[in-house]
Amino acid sequence: MAKVTLTVNGRSMSGECEDRTLLVHFIREKLGLTGTHVGCDTTQCGSCVIHMDGKSVKSCSILAVQASGSTITTIEGLAGNGELHPVQAAFKEHHGLQCGFCTPGMVMTAVDMINRHGGSLDEPTVRHELEGNICRCTGYHNIVKAILSANAEMHSGRQAAE
Amino acid sequence: MIPGEFEYHRPATLADAVKLLSELGEEARPLAGGHSLIPMMKLRFATPEHLIDLSGIGQLKGICRDGNALVIGAMTTQHDIIHSADIALHLPILKETALMIADPQVRYVGTLGGNVANGDPGNDMPAVMMALGASYRLEGPDGTRDVAATDFYQGAYFTALEPGEILTAISIPVQPVGHGYAYEKLKRKVGDYATAAAAVTLTMAGGKVTACSIALTNLSETPVLADAAAQAVIGTSLDEAALKAAATAARAVMNPAADARGTSEYRTHVGGIMVMRALTRAASRAAA
Repeated sequence: MAKVTLTVNGRSMSGECEDRTLLVHFIREKLGLTGTHVGCDTTQCGSCVIHMDGKSVKSCSILAVQASGSTITTIEGLAGNGELHPVQAAFKEHHGLQCGFCTPGMVMTAVDMINRHGGSLDEPTVRHELEGNICRCTGYHNIVKAILSANAEMHSGRQAAE
Repeated sequence: MIPGEFEYHRPATLADAVKLLSELGEEARPLAGGHSLIPMMKLRFATPEHLIDLSGIGQLKGICRDGNALVIGAMTTQHDIIHSADIALHLPILKETALMIADPQVRYVGTLGGNVANGDPGNDMPAVMMALGASYRLEGPDGTRDVAATDFYQGAYFTALEPGEILTAISIPVQPVGHGYAYEKLKRKVGDYATAAAAVTLTMAGGKVTACSIALTNLSETPVLADAAAQAVIGTSLDEAALKAAATAARAVMNPAADARGTSEYRTHVGGIMVMRALTRAASRAAA
């Protein structure tokens, strides 16, 4: 057994688990944060994407014990004071989800790509950056629109200020 | 989805990691990014009793210049390689290749050392390392040794690594200014291992190829250096006849598995096409 301590969505949390426990199961079953999903067993689908120390990672392929000491953000940690994160709002506005199963991972990946590309996102880059997330419902088109829209919104304020 | 039980270790030094690995023997595996090993464990293809996590060992990460080589720590991630100015300047084929490996999340975590030490012929970096003349530093209970990438791969999941040894760094000669390079990979979709892929580096002068190296991915049980194919283009202007000669010579050393990616004949055929395309693109990048 291992003791795992994490900073999750700004709060320190800890729990005991087996050494073999995957981070996604720790998040869902020990921490009760079930927005993070499991869509495959081969590290392909990206439904389990979270941020670990600021990077989007697939929590199905990381051990909880490996992650101990790290800072994690899950989909539950994105909205602030009941107000949707711009990426969440854009997925709603642009119909970037249907069944909603891939959406938490998609949104976490989108936030990461917007952070990294600093406003210079274009459609080919968005599609390339989405390569680790599979969606069965949308055909991706509206997800791309949502991410480009959120990116424009998140960077328009800064550009205006500059 | 559920791995078998094991005990987790996180040594703080390389010496401790080597000691653990040699004491625990075959039931222990080093854990790098974990993006080949953990998936294998989830399918119970691998059932180690001990995992030795290398992420606490700072010296295994980073890229530094050492004489005429770049030395890349084994735990350096694909993401780090894509964003390294030194790599972009001196070994741009690494960036090109890393961008064809897996997806953004996997590249944040998967390491160069894990990719080259894994021993799966599907991994892309081993052939690139062969084409570049890289060597691997191995640290074991009896000390340190260097093994050329061209001598490292013996079969599928069968490498020159001895029990207790850890691959700690990859040393790659800096490529000459103005060299041409290309990694051409045919795959069914993003994140797939290659149906066939070819790595090429070359230099040109006066419109003719002066030096060339070609290596092949997933076209045999191991990555393969296509020496005769490279020889076939040296001294030529890479006209159609030279390209065809290179493809023919490269096909002679291919022996790909038949699987969902196609028959052995198909993969050999497209393997030659990858060689021709990689040569053409490398030449277009080379200072003539």
